[in-house]
Amino acid sequence: MNKMSDSSLITPKALKHLKKRRAADARFRLYGIAAIVFALSALTLLVIAIGTRAYSATTQYVLQTEIMLDADLVAPEGETSEAEITRNIEGFYTLVRDKLFSEFPESTQTQASRQELSELVNRLAVLPLAKRVATNPTLIGKTIQVRVPLSDDLDLYLKGGSPKDVTVRIGSAGKIETDAEGKARLSSTSGLSKVTSTRSLLEEGKATGSVLLAGGETVARIDSLSPDAAELTLLTGTFEQLANEPLVAHIIPLPEAERPISDQQIAWAIALKQAGNARRVLHTSLVTHTDSTYPELAGTLAAIVGSLLTMMVTACVAIPMGIFAAVYLEEFAPRNRLTNLIEVNINNLAAVPSIVFGLLGASLLLGTFGLPRSAPIVGGLVLALLILPVVIIASRASLRSVPPSIRSGALAVGASRMQAVFHHVLPLAAPGMFTGAILGMARALGETAPLLLIGMVAFVAEVPKSATDEATALPVLIYSWASNAERAWEPMTAAAIVILLSLLVIMNVVVVFLRRRFERRW
Amino acid sequence: MDTVGPAKTDLALTGEGADKTQALTYPRIDCRNVSVYYDDKQAVFDVSLAIHDRAVTALIGPSGCGKSTFLRCLNRMNDTIEGAKVTGDIFMEGENINSPDVDPVLLRSRVGMVFQKPNPFPKSIYDNIAYGPRIHGMVDSREDLDAVVEKSLRRAGLWEEVKDRLTQPGTSLSGGQQQRLCIARAIAVRPEVILMDEPCSALDPIATARIEELIDELRKRYCIVIVTHSMQQAARVSQRTAFFHLGNLVEMGDTDQIFTNPRERRTEDYITGRFG
Repeated sequence: MNKMSDSSLITPKALKHLKKRRAADARFRLYGIAAIVFALSALTLLVIAIGTRAYSATTQYVLQTEIMLDADLVAPEGETSEAEITRNIEGFYTLVRDKLFSEFPESTQTQASRQELSELVNRLAVLPLAKRVATNPTLIGKTIQVRVPLSDDLDLYLKGGSPKDVTVRIGSAGKIETDAEGKARLSSTSGLSKVTSTRSLLEEGKATGSVLLAGGETVARIDSLSPDAAELTLLTGTFEQLANEPLVAHIIPLPEAERPISDQQIAWAIALKQAGNARRVLHTSLVTHTDSTYPELAGTLAAIVGSLLTMMVTACVAIPMGIFAAVYLEEFAPRNRLTNLIEVNINNLAAVPSIVFGLLGASLLLGTFGLPRSAPIVGGLVLALLILPVVIIASRASLRSVPPSIRSGALAVGASRMQAVFHHVLPLAAPGMFTGAILGMARALGETAPLLLIGMVAFVAEVPKSATDEATALPVLIYSWASNAERAWEPMTAAAIVILLSLLVIMNVVVVFLRRRFERRW
Repeated sequence: MDTVGPAKTDLALTGEGADKTQALTYPRIDCRNVSVYYDDKQAVFDVSLAIHDRAVTALIGPSGCGKSTFLRCLNRMNDTIEGAKVTGDIFMEGENINSPDVDPVLLRSRVGMVFQKPNPFPKSIYDNIAYGPRIHGMVDSREDLDAVVEKSLRRAGLWEEVKDRLTQPGTSLSGGQQQRLCIARAIAVRPEVILMDEPCSALDPIATARIEELIDELRKRYCIVIVTHSMQQAARVSQRTAFFHLGNLVEMGDTDQIFTNPRERRTEDYITGRFG
């Protein structure tokens, strides 16, 4: 009996061991799950943070209006050549500005208010319109519908970004008394007390900001506010309209002097929006325009094209070189001290900071070889050097994973070494090689530092046509947009990041597709 | 690249010429003082033996005795191993195939090889067979190639099983079928000699029996050298047997004689299972 229990599988000691092992097992699994949860939540946080910031840049407020293309302004002296019309930005701008003046007659009284109204639309915003007319001169003399982006500050205000305003609906005005000086008085509206309390809450009782009262297309400023009465100054529109429409109070806590747009400009913006002339449309110029100093006109097209050109140069240099180097080292090179040294150096090269490659590019490619500054060809070469070790290492690993029996099989039927490698080993290693290459390319696509050093940070207003033109790249554009001071750049930067990330995702999808398509089992 | 086929040499013997009437004992390969070194370590010591045509020669011996290494000398596969060095003379048709002037690629098209583990290319069954004839430029038309593929598969006893699925990957076949595919692949380049390195060690008994039948069938056309761990297999399929021990050739003779009346004590000990 005693002997039986000795050889039993279930003893207290064995149970203790089992319990310990199961606990260790569970702990290990828990660590793994925790790590994955942490990684996933970090990723989600990143996507949400960028996504919410970029969201407001997906749309844009434009001034949509019908304009008669007056031949005297658009093509003075009857000059209708494409270049002449495109150059005549001033004429088109005058058309748009005059349209605004006719929309808001009150602005024409003083030079200052004319100036203020003109600021609603940037002078350069008419450039696409000018180009459109230049390519199709028959439009001259006709009335066409145009869309011009509003200035970035107004755009930001209308999207509810900055300056922040709080709206309070206060119903119909009831009665508005006007006096001879154009001052008006609004009394006994139940909503006024709500405005007063909201305002004192927002401004902590200091009343330094502005309160605008809007009804229909009319906007007035409240000069003095008490719970039962308010004194108004008309900014745009008529008092009759104000008296008849349901009123909305816009409380803007930020004092007028501290914000880029005045009460008057806000009033015009509100009126334009009410009239349906200021519309929120898809922000296509983000990918069809090149860079600009004005955020409402800026786009990423030049940077995308620059990035693609750079990637093309990188791919043409790094992928064949990396693959051939890997094939030689793995399949043909003798194993000796020299190849060992080369191997160690390739591995070390993969760990060199990217900015060092930038310095090399600046001194060697720009300095010694005199290649053009800021050009994708130089950027591409530098990035190719940067990812070459990665491509070589990935390709070698992929070649090593091909079983040697395939090589022997090919050699045994009389294939030469070259034939064995090119007919059998390479096709099997190809998916892994492409994966390595594209992952390397993805790294290159996101590199900023080396490009800064070779001058690809220049302001580029033209889409580069070849690899030797001046260009910039997406990550560099993001870097320079992020360092701009204006608030409107923040969503633009986030949107550019989203574009960059989408390109990376596309590349990774291509990797997955290639793997699935060409992977062979043996 | 190297598309020089055996048909273009003056020694174009295809192993299937019906007009050749060599006697069973005619030595096709004559090895003299063959030694193999891996770097500084000697693996095969001064082996001299003759391999006869239209016969199966079995190389037996315990693991690590150098039989596989010796086999790989016969088609210069040792060249592909870094640090391996082969000395001595191996005469085939009066030519020393160990001479540096001999093109190993050309040699391998005349001395086929089948490996321990079936290693079909991850391509279709058809392409597995067609690869050799293609790279050697042995066929001019698609019809010729189809004929070669069919003939090779028939000789390897695989045709009936795969004729309807030639486009499927070779790796989709069973282990035994894969090994017969590899034999067909070797036959397709019309070799004179077929080397087999433990061709059945990864197969089950039924597949093994199938391969053994095949080897017996192929013996009528080719000179076959087989390395095996199984003494029963050597006894069943071979006409001549060479016993290796610690890199030395201990004894060589007719299979009946080796198994029933070995001259050497070591051979007897090994065959009776006293070591190995």
